[in-house]
Amino acid sequence: MCGIVGLFLKDPSLEPQLGMLVAGMLGTLCDRGPDSAGFAVYGAETPGSIKLTLRAPAGYAFERLARRLETAAGTSVPHAIHDTHMVVTVPLAREAAVRAELAEFAPEVGIVGAGRRMEIFKEVGRPDLVARRFGLPGMAGTHAIGHTRMATESAVTTDGAHPFTTGPDQCLVHNGSLSNHNAVRRELIRHGLAFQTENDSEVAAGYMTWQMREGLSLAQTLEASLAALDGFYTFVVGTESGFGVLRDPIACKPAVMAETERWVAFGTEYRALVDLPGIDAARVWEPEPATVYFRERH
Amino acid sequence: MPTVDLAHTPLRELNAALHRLKPDSNETHWRVLNPRGRHAVAVGIDAPILVEVEGHVGYYCAGMNKSATVVVNGNAGPGVAENMMSGQVRVKGDVSQAAGATGCGGLLVVDGNAAARCGISMKGIDIVVKGSVGHLSAFMAQAGRLVVLGEAGEALGDSIYEARLYVHGAVKSLGADCVEKPLEDHHRAELGRLLDAAGVAGEIDVGTFRRYGSARRLYHFHIDNIGSY
Repeated sequence: MCGIVGLFLKDPSLEPQLGMLVAGMLGTLCDRGPDSAGFAVYGAETPGSIKLTLRAPAGYAFERLARRLETAAGTSVPHAIHDTHMVVTVPLAREAAVRAELAEFAPEVGIVGAGRRMEIFKEVGRPDLVARRFGLPGMAGTHAIGHTRMATESAVTTDGAHPFTTGPDQCLVHNGSLSNHNAVRRELIRHGLAFQTENDSEVAAGYMTWQMREGLSLAQTLEASLAALDGFYTFVVGTESGFGVLRDPIACKPAVMAETERWVAFGTEYRALVDLPGIDAARVWEPEPATVYFRERH
Repeated sequence: MPTVDLAHTPLRELNAALHRLKPDSNETHWRVLNPRGRHAVAVGIDAPILVEVEGHVGYYCAGMNKSATVVVNGNAGPGVAENMMSGQVRVKGDVSQAAGATGCGGLLVVDGNAAARCGISMKGIDIVVKGSVGHLSAFMAQAGRLVVLGEAGEALGDSIYEARLYVHGAVKSLGADCVEKPLEDHHRAELGRLLDAAGVAGEIDVGTFRRYGSARRLYHFHIDNIGSY
């Protein structure tokens, strides 16, 4: 089980509605993954700055942390609190100082993702409720990917929720189960990667992070995954400029894509797409197995 | 003609109404609106009626069908017409994986393409796909006929029993124990009847198809074949 959605807007006039559309898609797939949910939204950037999405225990004093980060940065740090997450916008030149401050004075706060445009939110709970807690329907942007999880390979925790970040402005969601994740995890630990969970999808994200660190492009990394990762998977990766899709060669896990003049969408099931504007006239197709699809703005 | 709009009527009500129909029912033509990818639309019908579904459906549409003709004016998700017993299912668009799975009888016609595992474990159903089929189609196919006007993906007919496969286009690869066989006159006649039933008779020369079936080497376990299982 598990459900994945992705939406890439070609028509800028839809951008204010991105979060509302994706929230609807996630809500439809609640029954494929009622354990936890998460999503990555690619919104506006602040030139010269990076956005860090922070996650803390419920009730955390984010305002106090924000003031502390401003002192460390030596400048104002715009921040937006969304339930258990806070997005801080930090000048690139001060990123290292802010990260050091977080590591030293707020070790209980995790960095869920970082990028010029990407914000990642994820929590345990029913996907429609998770989306509402974070205020997804009010978020704007060019594209987003989301995930509803039915846990099979590891515990239901926020750390085990998707998306998993694989680098700046990059993240991964996964539907399926990997059978060689323990062996791959041991290998990656030898290469210096660290893992938070026993989760198989985190290993896939780690593998991609490592491959790109070794110099492969994202497309090459996805191709390499076909040989390195054994098991069932549909991966959707979010990037600064769009998203990519890869299904394993056996292709047990369902996947549907649709496109109109105004948008391109991915859904584990067609049901997830039925409220998108103009869906009745959309071109609808099933992505081929073992084939990398990318949809990006140029 | 009963028209059921699934935007307003629960799917269970539709299926229950279809299940209540007697063989001599006068309500022989049904229209279903707004399926919106729902699962199990028009499953388990046991009456000689026509059901037209206007839009894309999700999993298992027309599963276990008996006697009825179900037409989907759209795409179908996984397992369309699975375990069909008799009657017809026609999909005007594409279908996802496992179309016609385990079907025991009747005819499934797909105007577009079928994804992986089309006709998996088919047990007597006839399937005509006007486009192409994905990998592992007719896997462990026991009886019935699969006709593909386009191409077939990898491992066609893997571990096949006695189903007969007719493919017009290229076959990427044959699965274990599946081999090409001669296309004889009675096969051409059979193929002609199937193309006729699918509404494409005369559009394509039956002599240009190639026939595939079982080499019958894997029916029973034999230690010499261990590498093929």
